[in-house]
Amino acid sequence: MTILTAIIALLALAAVFGALLGYASEKLKVEGDPVVDQIDAILPQTQCGQCGHPGCRPYAEAIAAGEEHNKCPPGGEQTIQELSDLLGRDFLPLDEEHGEEDVKRVAYIREDECIGCTKCIQACPVDAIIGAAQKMHTVIEDECTGCDLCVEPCPVDCIDMVPVEETLESWHRERPPGVGGRPETYIPVENLA
Amino acid sequence: MLSLLRGKREPIHDFPGGIHPPENKARSTAAPIRPGPLPHELVLPLNMHVGAPARPVVALDETVLKGQLIAESQGRISAPVHAPTSGRITAIEDRPVQHPSGMTATCIVLEPDGREAWAELEYRPDWAATDPAALLEQVRHSGLAGLGGAGFPTAVKADPGEDTRIEQLIINAAECEPYITADDRLMRERSPGIIRGIRMLAHLLRPDEILVGIEDNKPEAIQALRSAAEGTDIEIRVVPTRYPSGGEKQLIQLLTGKEVPAGDLPARVGVICQNVATAYGIYRYLEHGEPLLSRITTVTGDAVSHPGNYEVLVGTPVKDLLACAGLDADRLGKLVTGGPMMGFTLPEPAAPVVKTSTCLIASTPEELPEPPPEQPCIRCGACAEVCPANLLPQQLYWYAKNDEFERAQQHNLMDCIECGACAYVCPSHIPLVQYYQYAKGEIRNQEAETAKADRARQRFEARQERIERQKAEKEARRRERREAQRRKQEAAPSGDDGTRSDAAVQASATSAGGGSAASGGSDGSGSGNGDDESRADERARRMKQLKVTYNKANKQWKQAQAAFNKAQRDGADNLDQLSANVDKLRTRADEARAELDALVQEAKTDVEAATGRDLKTLKKEATDAELAARRKAKEVQAAREAGATEQAQSLEREHEQLRQDADDKAAWLKRVMEEQGMKEDE
Repeated sequence: MTILTAIIALLALAAVFGALLGYASEKLKVEGDPVVDQIDAILPQTQCGQCGHPGCRPYAEAIAAGEEHNKCPPGGEQTIQELSDLLGRDFLPLDEEHGEEDVKRVAYIREDECIGCTKCIQACPVDAIIGAAQKMHTVIEDECTGCDLCVEPCPVDCIDMVPVEETLESWHRERPPGVGGRPETYIPVENLA
Repeated sequence: MLSLLRGKREPIHDFPGGIHPPENKARSTAAPIRPGPLPHELVLPLNMHVGAPARPVVALDETVLKGQLIAESQGRISAPVHAPTSGRITAIEDRPVQHPSGMTATCIVLEPDGREAWAELEYRPDWAATDPAALLEQVRHSGLAGLGGAGFPTAVKADPGEDTRIEQLIINAAECEPYITADDRLMRERSPGIIRGIRMLAHLLRPDEILVGIEDNKPEAIQALRSAAEGTDIEIRVVPTRYPSGGEKQLIQLLTGKEVPAGDLPARVGVICQNVATAYGIYRYLEHGEPLLSRITTVTGDAVSHPGNYEVLVGTPVKDLLACAGLDADRLGKLVTGGPMMGFTLPEPAAPVVKTSTCLIASTPEELPEPPPEQPCIRCGACAEVCPANLLPQQLYWYAKNDEFERAQQHNLMDCIECGACAYVCPSHIPLVQYYQYAKGEIRNQEAETAKADRARQRFEARQERIERQKAEKEARRRERREAQRRKQEAAPSGDDGTRSDAAVQASATSAGGGSAASGGSDGSGSGNGDDESRADERARRMKQLKVTYNKANKQWKQAQAAFNKAQRDGADNLDQLSANVDKLRTRADEARAELDALVQEAKTDVEAATGRDLKTLKKEATDAELAARRKAKEVQAAREAGATEQAQSLEREHEQLRQDADDKAAWLKRVMEEQGMKEDE
């Protein structure tokens, strides 16, 4: 009798929790793969295609599906490190096949030479080039990701990739040289007479 | 000290930490405020304040008067710039500014003419009777920006928003940083003006209490302020001398016991804090109409022979000011701007004095020697004891050193006020503040990068979506067109259409002089329904090709003709050959032209076959409809102007119909022409 009560009680419990779990799995279903979003958030969003995918999101999907995470030259080692931490994979050196890590650059159109062919506008993955047919084009510097994709289609080679210059806003002090080094800044009040 | 505190109604609260560095103030307080030099040029950076840089409103070579606006503020958090003296604008260009990097920024360069001719000024002696909102708008044009060194636009600070009640207005007269005595001298000499300025600020903010916080190392200034404030509701609160009691958050905590939440503004706890020199600036502006043209800057250090406070025109190059103070260039070691604790070494003495320049220290090498080498942290904890923001400097140091920025942020790195107390007490001479500045800069840059990446992602996704949509729309249009064609073919007896097209094709083939495979797909045109579509497409393609051929041949022919003419003039001997070439090209161009014409003709015939009307009629109809619609629009306009509302309304309805008709006809014409592979110009 006791056994029976116990069995019935356990069965009832199992049924209740089973129903609860079943309900929850339907109700709280997660659409898409959240890992893809997390990977996409780490990728630098240059949309340059150097990884062999047509944009950062497709590469994020590919990484989630098992592709190597060391094919992003604009992100460099930092991105690889962050991806390794996120995915619990080993750190890999940057795959040289896809390019080398470089300083940040933005496209610059030598406007005198531009013939207004709109080819670069079509190539830009983030719509950062403005202009119209037969009219000079120019790059919205703040929106340019430095992906290089506009350089190749230009028939007159008037696009340069120039390194991003440091501004008063982006400048900050260097990390001090550390133990044994003489720092730039020093508060010397105590040495005063 | 205690004697000064005696008799206060309110107890003074406390803030954590703090240090007592040697003050070195006596040197520069001895002499009264002296006028600064009138240099041969004034350099006025467009961003002397926190926020968006001002936008120049003067042109090159323009003559300006003293006090004239030369750059207006841009956006809410910004401040205008005025000409500190009369003269000529000689340049608007990048010049070195006071920045630890020694980088340049856009500046307006003014060459003084020495006349000191004033522009017309706007006085506000009736400020007490003016509505605070209007007065605030006025203050926006004063160019005032936190003269204590932070440079936050005063008008923005004095406008905490409608629903924020200000309990305390605090005037910061602490001047806790060693060496600096600019505010001290100002208070000793110009207290009545300061008190009037404070009352103006109070008029703007309507606080419950007005408190002036001043350190007890300035007895003369305290005395001067007290006597000036006699009979007003302004309370002078004397606080013990301890660095950094003049930090905004520290002073608020000292005087009210309130702590400003991390990452928030003092207005959040009902407090507004303004510098004492700023209050004086407001007085000068409202009662005398003078915008911010000059400021009091302390010049001190062993390398100058006349240390003291100078009333310097904004934009005066630092080197001119130093020369005026009797700089001995041979003895000059480091040139520090902004005080020894929070200031920095000025890499470029050509940089100008700006609105935030409180102090210049021209030191000798003995006075400010080279820093000793950094030694390992011994975890003594002295830094944590003196931190006025209650942070853990040692933890922050480890995180900054190892680039663990996320951890540093978790330990509230961003709340560090960079006062330098920790670095001052560090027995290992670790430049802690530099580590924090490095980490903060990196964090800010990373945040900017993340924001940019997010924007790039959005733009990329929007673009992908647009491309997809356009593709789908194009596909839908094509399908629709095919459908319409099919229906038309089913409705009309197909034989008729077919023969006509066939005839047209044959005609074109003949007139093209048996040229290359003209109008491909011609044989199929009569039989299938979908072929019409492909035939039109094919024709459009062919027409384009022919146009290119024709243009090319025509150009070549013209060139050949020119070459031939030249040869004839020169009497060259290959005339025959050239002439043959000309003829050949001529024929080629003619052939292409003929074929093109035939194709256009054929397309026109097709249009007629498909619509029952020829292209000319269609065009005329479209134009007529357009004209009628426009005429009606004019009538509507006339009726409206005449005041006949009802008539206008009925006319309006008619106009809408006509407009619709005209648009339909135009669209139809366009579609027919597109379908037949013709462009508008044919």
